[in-house]
Amino acid sequence: MHENIELPDLVVLSGVGFRHKGANQDDVVRDFSLTIRRGEFLCILGPSGCGKTTVLNLLAGFEKPTTGSITISGAPLRGPGAERGVVFQGEASLYHWLTARENVELGLRIAGESKEKRRKIAGDNLQLVGLQGQEQKYPSELSGGMKQRVNLARVLAGRAEILLMDEPFGQLDAQTRVLLQDELTQIWVKTQRTVFFVTHDIAEAVSLADRIVVMRRGPASNVKQIIDCDLPRPRNRGDPAFGHLYSLVGQSIASEVVDLRRHP
Amino acid sequence: MKTTMSSANDRTWRAPGRVELYSWLAVTVKIGLPIAGGLLLWHWASTFLFSSILFPTPLATLTEAVTMLRSGDILKDAGASLGRIGVGFAIGSAIGVILGLLVGYFELARLAMDPYLQFFRFIPPIAWVSPAIIWFGIGETSKVFIIVYGTVFVVALGTIAGVTSVHRDKIRAALMFGASEWQIFRIVIIPSTVHYSLTGMRLAMGIAFMTVVASEMLGADSGLGYLILSSRLWMATDRIFVGIIVLGLLGLLADRLFSLLINQLAHKYRSYT
Repeated sequence: MHENIELPDLVVLSGVGFRHKGANQDDVVRDFSLTIRRGEFLCILGPSGCGKTTVLNLLAGFEKPTTGSITISGAPLRGPGAERGVVFQGEASLYHWLTARENVELGLRIAGESKEKRRKIAGDNLQLVGLQGQEQKYPSELSGGMKQRVNLARVLAGRAEILLMDEPFGQLDAQTRVLLQDELTQIWVKTQRTVFFVTHDIAEAVSLADRIVVMRRGPASNVKQIIDCDLPRPRNRGDPAFGHLYSLVGQSIASEVVDLRRHP
Repeated sequence: MKTTMSSANDRTWRAPGRVELYSWLAVTVKIGLPIAGGLLLWHWASTFLFSSILFPTPLATLTEAVTMLRSGDILKDAGASLGRIGVGFAIGSAIGVILGLLVGYFELARLAMDPYLQFFRFIPPIAWVSPAIIWFGIGETSKVFIIVYGTVFVVALGTIAGVTSVHRDKIRAALMFGASEWQIFRIVIIPSTVHYSLTGMRLAMGIAFMTVVASEMLGADSGLGYLILSSRLWMATDRIFVGIIVLGLLGLLADRLFSLLINQLAHKYRSYT
């Protein structure tokens, strides 16, 4: 979508380091620098435990960097903010006592919007993620894929400019995952948001991203390589170009996966 | 996630007609047989094992129950106990929920009140009977006070467990939309703890039944505890048995009613994850 267009910088992480509080804690990330451009779809890929989710939590403002700085549109990042919305990993983040619609209304309710307006916006966004007719259902009555649609609709309704997605499809079965990847691409094209998408699934990253950021294995992880992913959309997994990119990314990440035979 | 779905479905699943008839029969057998067996054993024990004067037969107990029902004695005493339980349980639950929410969520409240909570919860309600009678006399106030005391801590601790078990992502979801601490308390914490508070209340109900009897035995002129104690003076073991059985039946009924209410009114607050 955005090929050959210069996109302005939106989020800049420079020399970011983070370690959990307490004695004898290793740095989770160290000297992590990355620029996120406005409107791009960025996938961050790395072996499990490398600190992908930590970087997302830092961007969300749930955690504070120990060193370095993060700026958004030039201003330093301070805590969570409505311009950044997190699509969480699973259903634990949804409110099980609220219906799908009431869950999607959450951001608007906190912002003090009127009931009619909330209802309207929530309805529009539920439709956007393909949940029309499911508004009155509780999360326990929805399938795993539907729950993640609610999670996405909640953030879209909150009008966040940047979507921070933390392995949102990681707990879904393979077919549903591919379906949601395709729908997410369409929604992203339609809504023109910036997406920061954490995954450990190479095919998912190649299907979705404009750029793929490969992280080193932890601790003290940071960016190993950024791979441009300029395949035309909609992307076809059977396409030879897809396969070429897949193996390129795969090689980059393979050397970062901890080999227990060599690193007991 | 799969198990979540199937357990949600199981609750609404209904057996077709024939199976339902069979299940009714099964339930009758399941409940009826043990009760019949228990009554037989009781009858055997009181006839052959002990003297019937010390240990009345089921039939003698039933006869006495009918007499007491006719004279209104049992209704008066059961009513007195239930009234005390009702008032004490309601007040104690309200205080327990508020205390639990405050201590569970607000740092300052926790620092101020948690030591007291941890200390007083180890003092059984019955220990307060003596001071309560000195302070409030043998009237209603002392009984209600002791039941309130017995209820508060169980409900408060249940509620605190609810607050601490709220999933981090639920709070973060509200935080990312810019929720204030008060909004998080109202929108996330309170609904998350409803089911925990209710479970605490269900436990507290049992404690209220135990407490009321003890307090009535140590100083009262009405109630099931008073009935059981005063009947001892007349060696009226059949009246004692009526009192004990009525206590058990009322407790069972109250518990069933309460869990039915929870399932009907508050089942959406229950988490299946």
